[in-house]
Amino acid sequence: MSSKETILNSIRENTITSTIKLPETNIPHISYENKNEKYAAALASVGGNAVWLEDGDINAFVAEHYKDTEVIASTCKEFTNETIDANKPNTPHALENVDLAVIKAQFAVAENGAVWVKNPENRHRALYFLAKQLLIIVDKNAIVDTMHEAYEQIEFNKSGYGLFISGPSKTADIEQSLVIGAHGPTDACILFV
Amino acid sequence: MGHPEAAEKFIANDERMHWHDKALWFVREKRDLAAHGIPEWEELRRVAKQIKTHVMSKLDVYLEEFEENAKEKGIHVHWAKDAKEHNEIVLKLLLNRGAKKLVKSKSMLTEECHLNPYLEENGIDVVDTDLGERIVQLREEAPSHIVLPAIHLKKEDVGTTFEHFLKTEKGNSDPTYLTRSARVHLRKKFLNADASLTGVNFGIAETGGIVVCTNEGNADLGASLAKLHIASMGIEKIIPKIKDLAVFTRLLSRSATGQPITSYTSHFHAPVEGGEMHIIIVDNGRSKILGSQDFKQSLNCIRCGACLNTCPIYRRSGGHSYGYTIPGPIGSTLGPSKDLSANKTLPFACTLCASCSNVCPIKIDLHHQLYKYRQHVVNAGLLATKKHTILKVAAWVMKHPSLLDFGGKIARKIVPIMPRSILYSSANIWGKKRELPKFPKNSFKELYKQHKEGKK
Ligand code: SF4
Repeated sequence: MSSKETILNSIRENTITSTIKLPETNIPHISYENKNEKYAAALASVGGNAVWLEDGDINAFVAEHYKDTEVIASTCKEFTNETIDANKPNTPHALENVDLAVIKAQFAVAENGAVWVKNPENRHRALYFLAKQLLIIVDKNAIVDTMHEAYEQIEFNKSGYGLFISGPSKTADIEQSLVIGAHGPTDACILFV
Repeated sequence: MGHPEAAEKFIANDERMHWHDKALWFVREKRDLAAHGIPEWEELRRVAKQIKTHVMSKLDVYLEEFEENAKEKGIHVHWAKDAKEHNEIVLKLLLNRGAKKLVKSKSMLTEECHLNPYLEENGIDVVDTDLGERIVQLREEAPSHIVLPAIHLKKEDVGTTFEHFLKTEKGNSDPTYLTRSARVHLRKKFLNADASLTGVNFGIAETGGIVVCTNEGNADLGASLAKLHIASMGIEKIIPKIKDLAVFTRLLSRSATGQPITSYTSHFHAPVEGGEMHIIIVDNGRSKILGSQDFKQSLNCIRCGACLNTCPIYRRSGGHSYGYTIPGPIGSTLGPSKDLSANKTLPFACTLCASCSNVCPIKIDLHHQLYKYRQHVVNAGLLATKKHTILKVAAWVMKHPSLLDFGGKIARKIVPIMPRSILYSSANIWGKKRELPKFPKNSFKELYKQHKEGKK
């Protein structure tokens, strides 16, 4: 008998729980009067910051706020001042020295400061983690209240990779002191346009 | 060594014990704040429990659905009935691809399987990349908490460890400095790794993908750089639908650390370009627990650690005192399920206060399980003779009210005039760290009687 069969048989033999229906998961949930405000507060609490860009000029925003940044990669077509094409190298290791990654997120979640990032056209996932700083671009109308609405919009019918990012990478493994910047970016700004 | 003996070592350092207690209570308080911010919190717990109960009623169906969908997405699926088979699969995957350097992110399952020593014996360089896990790995210790592996250590301890292994500045124990040093050290490991191994927080049957939650980004960094990604998953990690994640992601990090969500909640549904992704589905005793009316709910655990943070025993005895991979209330039921005799003291490392069951996001009946396991320990004849005799005598006395009254009367007379040297002699284990209360003149029964008569 294969191990698969052994395990499945053992499960079948041991199952004593009678079947109950899968409950509805989209339960009535909190909604925020001012989603932007809640989002900004939630993000600030996890070490990130949110900015609403009035004129929509991402190039100008980057030029102003990331002055001494040398290596800039982008997965966002509205931003055109990248210094390298992150999709060009054949291995992600080549992105080791990226100072700033400008990436696109599909929507933001007010309750926890997260954004949903799934960019099939981005070749190397490692970009999100190797870059020292992250600038994430989101449509200002794309904020949902909670994860319930978020997951209504997520599917993986095809293979791929997608993630929620909430602020910069962090750790509190040494005496519970929060340190921003563990293995991934040390800074994360969400830019609503 | 049982829990009491190991705990004794931990509490010998009184100051550190209190520090540990406070550090964890702080996390518990953060959890409370986060939970109270969600009006539908209790409803979420209820639904989470229902989803898990549903899954456990047809786990075989969901596991097969998961495998089928994963394969369709080009992910390889392996089945391991026990720790040995799991470890062998990992080693074979590595050797077949000539991989010598493995970076790992947090996985209690691989701790349970003792994967690291096995791989090291076979010439693999294994690096734990979660900061807390790296710290304990360098110190050759086990994690003392399932979410906060190095919670038992002070920053000075970490400083000395890094001084030795990472050549950091002498005497510098600033957490930011130490974290930065670890970042530089581990960045190199990530970039040079041949393979990565991650745990799995959730396996989605509907899509055949897995979800991994981290704050540091180490799971993603490892899995997105190396060509080979291995994910080890216990059979109980399956959830039916991707939408169910709304419930679990809302509960998990709030319960764990009081954060609204982890920094990264990553959905892996494909290998990296030109790479391979393998998922190993592991039983290792889990399916057996499914068949136990009393203990099956322990499989619903999402490893948030909330029951550890709230437990008065865990907070004061430290994770290592349990001697089992998973400490705290949940470990005290999983341990005996695995091996009753080896873990026979764990169900007693509990005051039956029920705080664990109250904070558990899946509403697992933890304290009931510990209470039941005590009976299993007694029935199996595994209770220490001294304890057993004392309990037997106590039960006998309590069955004879007049004897109890008489005993009480004598005690109230004698105890107050007994010299400390006798009263707190080594026979009085209870009195080791405690002071007896002042004995009243009358028993409750007598007072009650007087009160009733007075009223008449
Ligand atoms: S038993 Fe409940 S509280 Fe404890 S770790 Fe598991 S899910 Fe969390």
